[in-house]
Amino acid sequence: MLIFEKSRQGRTNPSQAPRSRPEMTDIPEAMQRKKRALLPETSEMQTVRHYTRLSQQNFSIDTHFYPLGSCTMKYNPRASNSLSMLPGFLARHPLGPDTMGQGYMACMYDLQEILKDVTGMKAVSLTPAAGAQGELAGMAMIRAYHDARNDDQRIEVLVPDAAHGTNPATAVMCGYKVREIPTDDQGDVDLAALKEVVGPQTAGLMLTNPSTLGVFERRIEEIAGVVHEAGGLLYYDGANLNAILGKVRPGDMGFDVIHMNLHKTFSTPHGGGGPGAGPVGVSERLQPFLPIPMVAFDGENYSWLTEKDRPQSIGRLSAFMGNAGVLLRSYIYARLLGREGMVRVSEYSTLNANYMMALLRQKGFDLAYPERRATHEFIVTLKRQAKELGVNTMDFAKRLLDYGFHAPTTYFPLLVPECLLIEPTETEDKDTLDAFVEVLKKIEEEAVDNAEFVKGAPYTQPVRRLDDVRAARELDLVWKQE
Amino acid sequence: MSEIPADLKYTKSHEWVKMEDDGNVRVGITDHAQDLLGDMVYVEQPEAGSELEAEEACAVVESVKAASDVYCPVSGEIVEANESLADTPELVNNDPYGEGWLMLLRPADSLDVEQLMDAEAYTAHVAAEEH
Repeated sequence: MLIFEKSRQGRTNPSQAPRSRPEMTDIPEAMQRKKRALLPETSEMQTVRHYTRLSQQNFSIDTHFYPLGSCTMKYNPRASNSLSMLPGFLARHPLGPDTMGQGYMACMYDLQEILKDVTGMKAVSLTPAAGAQGELAGMAMIRAYHDARNDDQRIEVLVPDAAHGTNPATAVMCGYKVREIPTDDQGDVDLAALKEVVGPQTAGLMLTNPSTLGVFERRIEEIAGVVHEAGGLLYYDGANLNAILGKVRPGDMGFDVIHMNLHKTFSTPHGGGGPGAGPVGVSERLQPFLPIPMVAFDGENYSWLTEKDRPQSIGRLSAFMGNAGVLLRSYIYARLLGREGMVRVSEYSTLNANYMMALLRQKGFDLAYPERRATHEFIVTLKRQAKELGVNTMDFAKRLLDYGFHAPTTYFPLLVPECLLIEPTETEDKDTLDAFVEVLKKIEEEAVDNAEFVKGAPYTQPVRRLDDVRAARELDLVWKQE
Repeated sequence: MSEIPADLKYTKSHEWVKMEDDGNVRVGITDHAQDLLGDMVYVEQPEAGSELEAEEACAVVESVKAASDVYCPVSGEIVEANESLADTPELVNNDPYGEGWLMLLRPADSLDVEQLMDAEAYTAHVAAEEH
């Protein structure tokens, strides 16, 4: 039930507090509202109960195991949350003088340095307000680089077919034509196909490594060589950075630009659309184009770098410098881990994934790339179950909810039919991983006994199977008064 | 097993092509393709008059699972796009070889159409991809 449906005209929230209508004498008649604002009118208890109930219906990392591949749904430490809300941080105003924000700016400067160090890039700008904006900034820098050299024949961006959909979308937004590169049967980029299409028209190649297929691109140095030799630049999509944190650095692999999804690797909340943070890092030659503002340090004071200091910058992406509180949480997370802990993130996330993969194989499940070691995620294909039992991946996913597990990513990457992309993350214990595998096996057994039962799941959730086709065809998000 | 009519030509990327009497070709996606994609929610069509190269992305079919490019089977000019798909994208699922057609194309060279796969070759292609 929507809160609007509980609304009664005239009912107000602070039931015992004195009520008075403010005088509006100083607002000109023409600007005063004639109609009542269309807001829900509910009592305080109704409001509290409504939103508490909604939060209880939420499936979240705080309540359930959430192995959503390529999304890195790891725990967001409470310490990051409480420390980022220290009064000194909360009360800082972005328009206040720099002298009064030195503490915050010191944190941001250190975060720039930490991200530089862990990615092997030459410089970092924190300002993109989300992963998608980071991607846009990264590609805009590639464009600015070619433009600055009057190299205007470069009109194509190469994207492997395993890529996230945002990659081709970003390239198109920056005015490029997208050319798809196929993947070989081991999950690596098809190098022969790449060599065939790379050339003087190539602006760059966008790559996720480890890829969305859950494997590490083994010939990355050779790929970098091919693209660089043709005069193109290499773009690193940071979606899977969690797998290699502190172990291998995109900068050392030859990448020229990288965006990082702090809500994945650096454990800030997945905000359901925001606020996010998608810092970008670059190699030597892209440094002048980084988005502003950035934080500088002269040994004594911290200051903002602006248009004046960086005339070739692609510019500003928002009014200030991205989402301050989110960046702060990442900084605290990185400081809690330290250099030693950073390595443990990738070690445990890959160990957990490989343990689950081995266990599922033992239980008779089919892996998409049985010959390959998993990174921090891996793919199970339920093609055989779909064919033999008539129960597909979506049915498994829905039934998982009944057992208290959020489903892994389903039907992505598109290359693997009936797939589950499973990413346990480093913050789960062995018992949870075991329980999840047991449940998948149990659902398979249920499907053998009674396929229709599994196809009807979920049975224990606030809603049953949703009509996602109708929701997509007749998108309706705005409540309207009858 | 999905339906693969014997009188059509096919591409590796799962488009079907039908020669019309006036020399134009009708293009759609195969029964196998629509089955893999699932329920369609949106179809983005090319504009009539646009010139396209073979294997160039010419339309987008979006299902609940994924948005996929449709590739132009042969070089040519778009004569007409199937407008009814704007309101009823489900035609691609319900009748992929009939009312769910995507576009009508005037091929630059009608011999190009002959080079495409026949039903037998496409059946083998689908079977090979299943493995």
